[in-house]
Parts: sequence; C-alpha cells; structure tokens
Amino acid sequence: MMENILNALVLLANFLVVPGLAYGSQLALGALGVTLIYGILRFSNFAHGETMAFGTMAAILATWWFQSLGISLGPLPTALLALPVGILAAMVLVLTTDRLVYRFYRKQKSSPVIFLIASLGVMFFYNGLVRFVIGPNDQIFTDGSRFIVTAREFKKYTGLNEGLAIKTTQGITVVAAVVIVAALFWFLNKTRSGKSMRAYSDNEDLALLSGINPDRVVMIAWLLTAALATIAGTLYGLDKSFKPFTYLQILLPIFASAIVGGLGSPIGAIAGGFVIAFSEVTVTFAFKKFVTYLVPEAWAPDTLLQLLSTDYKFAVSFAILVVVLLVKPTGLFSGKSL
Amino acid sequence: MSFLLGENMTGGYGGADILHDCTIGVEEGEIAVVVGPNGAGKSTAMKAVFGMLNLREGRVTMKGEDITKLSPQDRVKKGMGFVPQNSNVFTSMSVEENLEMGAFIREDDILETMEQVFELFPILKDKRRQPAGELSGGQRQQVAVGRALMTKPKVLMLDEPTAGVSPIVMDELFDRIIEIARNGIAILMVEQNAKQALNIADKGYVLVQGENRYTDTGEALMQDPEVRKAFLGG
Repeated sequence: MMENILNALVLLANFLVVPGLAYGSQLALGALGVTLIYGILRFSNFAHGETMAFGTMAAILATWWFQSLGISLGPLPTALLALPVGILAAMVLVLTTDRLVYRFYRKQKSSPVIFLIASLGVMFFYNGLVRFVIGPNDQIFTDGSRFIVTAREFKKYTGLNEGLAIKTTQGITVVAAVVIVAALFWFLNKTRSGKSMRAYSDNEDLALLSGINPDRVVMIAWLLTAALATIAGTLYGLDKSFKPFTYLQILLPIFASAIVGGLGSPIGAIAGGFVIAFSEVTVTFAFKKFVTYLVPEAWAPDTLLQLLSTDYKFAVSFAILVVVLLVKPTGLFSGKSL
Repeated sequence: MSFLLGENMTGGYGGADILHDCTIGVEEGEIAVVVGPNGAGKSTAMKAVFGMLNLREGRVTMKGEDITKLSPQDRVKKGMGFVPQNSNVFTSMSVEENLEMGAFIREDDILETMEQVFELFPILKDKRRQPAGELSGGQRQQVAVGRALMTKPKVLMLDEPTAGVSPIVMDELFDRIIEIARNGIAILMVEQNAKQALNIADKGYVLVQGENRYTDTGEALMQDPEVRKAFLGG
C-alpha cells in the first residue's frame, strides 16, 4: 500500500510537477517582460512572443557558431554560452523598434490601444524577420547531457515501479528562473534605477516632478524586457524545440499569466505563470494510472480520467483569463485593471 | 521684488483662458496663501507658477531671473518644490523610498535631509518601511510634503495640503508648515480653509475668476469686512 502511494506520488511528480515547474518558470519569465512594458509604457506588447523568438534565434545562431568552433559547456547546453549574444541582439532590436515606432506614439501621447495595434504590426514584422533568417521549421540546438536523473536510474535506486526523470533543460530552466527573478527584484527594490522605474510605473506625473528621466526609464524597461524575453525563449526552445510558430502560440498563456497575476505587478507575473502552467498541465493530465495506484483494484477506472485533450491546452489559459477578467480584473496581486 | 513671482499671468489649458492678469508671489521665509471660491483658478495659478501650463502673457521670475520658459523639472533644479493636490505620493512605495525619489536629482548624500524630514514629521520615521498608500490621509500629506522637501527647495508650493484631513490634523499640518517657513523656506500655498490659512499667512491673495480681487497681508485680509463677508463666512 505504502509503495502504491509512493508510486502514485512519483508518477505525479514526473508528469505533472516537474514539467509544470519548468513550463511555469518559462511563462513567468515571459510574463515578467509583458508586465514590465505594461507598467512602464502602459500598453500590452503583443510583439513579446516574437521578441522571444528573435532573441532565441540569435542565441541559436551563436550556439551553432560556437559548436562549429568546438566550444562547449560539457554537460550543459552550449546555448547558455550563447545567451548573452541573443540578449544583445534582442536589445538592439527592441531599442531600434522603440526609436522607430513607439517613440513616435509616445510623443503624440497616443492612447494605449494605438500602442497595442502598433505592437501587433511590430509582431508581424518580427515574425517575418525570424522566418526569413532561420526559416519556419523546427530547430534542435540542445546538446550536453540530456538528463540530470533518468527514469531508469531513479527506479533502480528506489526500487519503485514509476520512474522520475528530470531533464537537464528542466533543471536549468528552474534554476535560471530563480536566479533571474532574484536579480530582477534586487534591481527593482534596491537600486536607484530600479526604484525610479517603480516610481514611474506608480505615478508618472510625480516621477517627472521628481526629476526622473522618462527616456531612461523606458530604455531600461526595454533592455530588461529583451533580456527576459531571450532567456525565456531560449529556455523554452531548449526544453521543447525551437519553432517560430510556437512563440506566437505561447503569447496567449504569457498574457494570461501576466493578467491573472495583475498587470504591472512583477510578483503577480511569476504567480500567474505558475497558476497557468499547473492548470494547463493538470487539466490535460490523464489521471487513470494515478488513481489506479491509490484505489482497490476493483475500482480501477476504465477511462483515461483526462479532463481535456492536450490539443485544447490553450483553452485552459483562455478560460482562466476570462474568469479572472470577470471576477477580479486587477488580478491576484491587484495590478492595473485593463 | 518678490523672491518668487508670477506676474500678470494670463492663460489656460488651451481653449479659454482661466487666469486673467493674475499675480501671485512670495518672499523668502514667508508664507503666502492663495484663497478664493471654487473655480477661481487657484490651483491653475499654482500650476502656472510651476510651469505646468503655458502662459499666453505674463512671466514668472525667481530672484529676478526669468524662468517662464523652464520646464517643471528644471524649476525643481532651480530650488522649487511642488506638492500637487492629488496623487502626490508613490502609493506602492515605502515612505523611505518616497523620500528617496523626492531627492532623485540630487547626487550628494541625502541621509541628513531625510533625518530633517523625520524630525519634522516623527510619525514618518516609525512608518518608514510601510507603503505610502497604506497611510492615513494626514500622514500621506506629510509624506507628500516630505518628498518635496528632499531637494532642499528654497520655495515650497503646496496645493491644498489640508484637503480631506480632519481639523486636528489640519492644525498640526499648519504648525509644521510654519516650522518649515521659519527655516527660511518660502511657502506659497492654495487653501480651501481660508480663515485658518490667512491666520498663518504673511501675505494673502484672494482670487476670483482668475483675477486678483484682494491682495494684502493675511492679518489685513482677516480684518477687511468685505473679505470677511464674501469669503470667510462673516
């Protein structure tokens, strides 16, 4: 009996907790970028998914280059070494975009909806740019060792029926997310520039009165967003694979995360990321085997006990988004209402 | 020659003029109060002096220097502090961070100034780690005034600092404002509570429909039967 419970828990950990944590971290990093832009520039940046794709693409190209030179990180993916290149490329891209597109609308003091539509245009442009450079197909760029713990090792070590596998990319994703989030919060709460960004987001007029330079705040917001987007995108690409189209799709769960947590609230973006990720994974998980372990044999279910087929996983974030907007439009951490 | 003077100001927010040939000013270490009925353009006159609205005519001078064309930010650098009437604190930030942001343009050590603000408003020292949005109305106003004091201004402009606070808190705030003025800072403020404000004022301006109606010392305005009847409730 005890063994059955353990088996059930390991099963849950393997198929639900570990993937959920990794996916949640990726969403959280993505949502942080969205929330930062919303907090500072006050619009929903629809080009964020494509910014992730662009940064990741640059990181992939750098990875291939490093690989061709024979540079590697041993057991870790070479892409980690290429990340700074990707981040730099994304920074150049978003700053150029801001200069050529968004700055014009800022000067016009356009309403947020105009910015939003402009960001849609930017999204299509990035979209084409990425496909033009690297093509629309799947790219696999992960190398190094594939697993931290394999299912077989785990089974041998514990003697359980169920194995627990942790992919290197999943481990890296979670560790990286923790480090990045800690660094971001340190920046926002402890440094002068970070505090000035919070002040600007809180009360723009008073921030201007206090002599905070809006151009600088906007620039830092874009730089941070480019870094966050590239890291989130590269981690996602390492974990799954890189295909430009998936970065368009991931925009929905990312926005859902940011809104569920409360737009403009960094802590909310992180909480939202995990709420969405775990809902998605839980709702599309087949609980048959899990229940079979726990109940007497006679009660074992015949069906898969799966609430939704995985094809519908995006419906989950949509449903949560709708509920949150209806019930608590400011999100869990009371950000700005849409 | 006043220390800070908005002379013959005419202008509005685009469209019709709100101010008509309006003049307000203040001397060093003095308190000047602008009173008048609702819609008299009191707040607008303050904003005009602070450069938040374009003047069609007239000029603003500080120590004789023409600053009409300067942006509000540049006026802060020149030694002006402004406490707006509404949303005058960073609600999501702690009291201490509010003060830090107030001193954003300063490059030197701000701890001493912060201590002075805490001396002036001791309650803020106890609440320094609390978000300003969680404070009471009176405490919030103290944060707002403290934030403006962080640049060590030579002149402090207050737009209805006692709006929405209880009479006891109002007296307390006025006491603090007198204390600030004694330290040599000129104070120009708009007040809804005309009587109490004129009581502490060295100079008073009564505005009506964007024009100067009466200008005198606070005491003289308090004695003036016409002013008493029309604006001070007898």
